[in-house]
Amino acid sequence: MAAHPGSNGSKAKAAKLRVFRGTAAGGDFQNYEVETYPGMVVLDAIHDIQAKQSPDLAVRWNCKAGRCGSCSAEVNGKPRLMCMTRMSAYPEGEPITVTPMRAFPIIKDLVTDVSWNFEMAKKIPPFKPRPRDADGNWRMQQIDIDRIQEFRKCIECFLCQNVCHVVRDHQKKEVFSGPRFLIHLATLDMHPLDTLDRREMVKRDFGVGFCNITKCCTEVCPEHITITDNGIIPLKERIADDHYDPVRWLLRKVAGKPRAHKVPAQPTEAGKTADISGRHRVDGGNGKGELER
Amino acid sequence: MANKVVHLPVLDFGATLRKDNWWIGPAITFVILMGFICYATFRAFENDYYRVGPYLSPFYSPLIPTAGWGIPFLSPAMLILPGPAGFRLTCYYYRKAYYRAFAMDPPACAVGEGGRHDNYNGETKLLIFQNLHRFALYVALGFLVILWHDVYKALWFRDPYGTEASFGVGVGTLVLALNTALLTGYTFSCHSLRHLIGGSVDSYSTAPFGQLRHALWRGVSRLNQNHMFFAWTSLFAVALADLYVRMVSLRVIQDVRIL
Ligand code: SF4
Ligand code: SF4
Ligand code: FES
Repeated sequence: MAAHPGSNGSKAKAAKLRVFRGTAAGGDFQNYEVETYPGMVVLDAIHDIQAKQSPDLAVRWNCKAGRCGSCSAEVNGKPRLMCMTRMSAYPEGEPITVTPMRAFPIIKDLVTDVSWNFEMAKKIPPFKPRPRDADGNWRMQQIDIDRIQEFRKCIECFLCQNVCHVVRDHQKKEVFSGPRFLIHLATLDMHPLDTLDRREMVKRDFGVGFCNITKCCTEVCPEHITITDNGIIPLKERIADDHYDPVRWLLRKVAGKPRAHKVPAQPTEAGKTADISGRHRVDGGNGKGELER
Repeated sequence: MANKVVHLPVLDFGATLRKDNWWIGPAITFVILMGFICYATFRAFENDYYRVGPYLSPFYSPLIPTAGWGIPFLSPAMLILPGPAGFRLTCYYYRKAYYRAFAMDPPACAVGEGGRHDNYNGETKLLIFQNLHRFALYVALGFLVILWHDVYKALWFRDPYGTEASFGVGVGTLVLALNTALLTGYTFSCHSLRHLIGGSVDSYSTAPFGQLRHALWRGVSRLNQNHMFFAWTSLFAVALADLYVRMVSLRVIQDVRIL
């Protein structure tokens, strides 16, 4: 066995792997044996198979450092990044099963077609900041953005999308964006500078109501983003403000104010930013971007 | 290498390649929640043994005098329990617990649900009432005031003639105080409270009372990280507090005065 980084020269042990091989037309498991070494990860084992036994085994990866999110697959039934999953985490002698992400169509072997995610991403209107202050800067404080910094750790591995039962079992891809894009929407909705009101879209187009808070997305996220508690539930509460709160509804009636997102679109002018859904923020001349509700 | 041919399992109910005991979590949840529901139902119908000395069972607090209403089987607990039950039923943590354990939707992560269900609507149709959690929260906050008042009352012991009340602490006082403290932790770690108290603000540095709301939001967020802990411990505590009052009332055990 060639010396591997991390090899301590001790006698190599063998590990058994059951790897899914196939295409959209169908597939099988194939059994392999690879020699292990300290620090070996599942992606190393797959590469070993590719190099020595099955050169046609298809696998997607880029960074091998848990940063690019390409090597998502399922190891012993659990959605994981193969490059961050140590072989030593599994009992010796028992075969380790490696399968492609189940929620997405198989292209070949471990490679799935994740384009639905990119289509979903395209539907989200991008960040639309209010105009800069007079001196050409945008101002915000750390307390305004510390909540959303957590979400920016996302590496778009789509493991959360894959494990979410709304996508995986119920295949509600037409009406539900999945957890990755709900936290993206939360990032934008909580952003102190953003001017678009995305709350109506979150409910209508991205289907936040389909999520039943079962937290599998949070369980599998390799970046340990608290997707459900910090992203999706706050979004649900914001939707509740607009749609499911009879007290607020009554107050709006008494005050004669329409629901925030039904405010008619305003022409864009200095200090006032219109948005496609109508809710807008008013700078009040101080550049502070107060949210008008 | 030998190539044994096995097809990927279809998503039948419970089908998974997971090798851990994924069913244990939902099974334990099912047993505990069913146990609690059965016990609370029994106690609500029992309509007795809820008051002894300065102690009042949390199931029967506030004590509404239903005896003269002429409705058979109606106990004060029946009028009260829908309040806390509604709070727990719509709680964001318990939704995870019972959607997994009772509805099996999903039974566990990456475990099959039994094929594709086109009729799945999440919380958009039948379960849309879950969005009203904030109102259950208001009710729960009201109950906290009542329960802390009960703890205060559990500090005053009457003499055998029932005339003079003197300050004291019994094991029952501590049981009621612990229960109310855990219920307070549970209620104050609520996601809806977190939203109402500051979660709805986008720009704390510019919103009215923004700094204060951010500080409050941070406090509730810290408690919120332990919401699951409070959800379970307060469930046990409320059943145990009621059981304690019942046992003392039935003279199965004797309350010990500490002070
Ligand atoms: S919490 Fe919601 S988004 Fe996350 S996996 Fe469960 S249903 Fe999907
Ligand atoms: S939220 Fe987590 S699991 Fe989902 S795509 Fe981003 S990094 Fe992956
Ligand atoms: S190869 Fe980049 S995350 Fe695994």
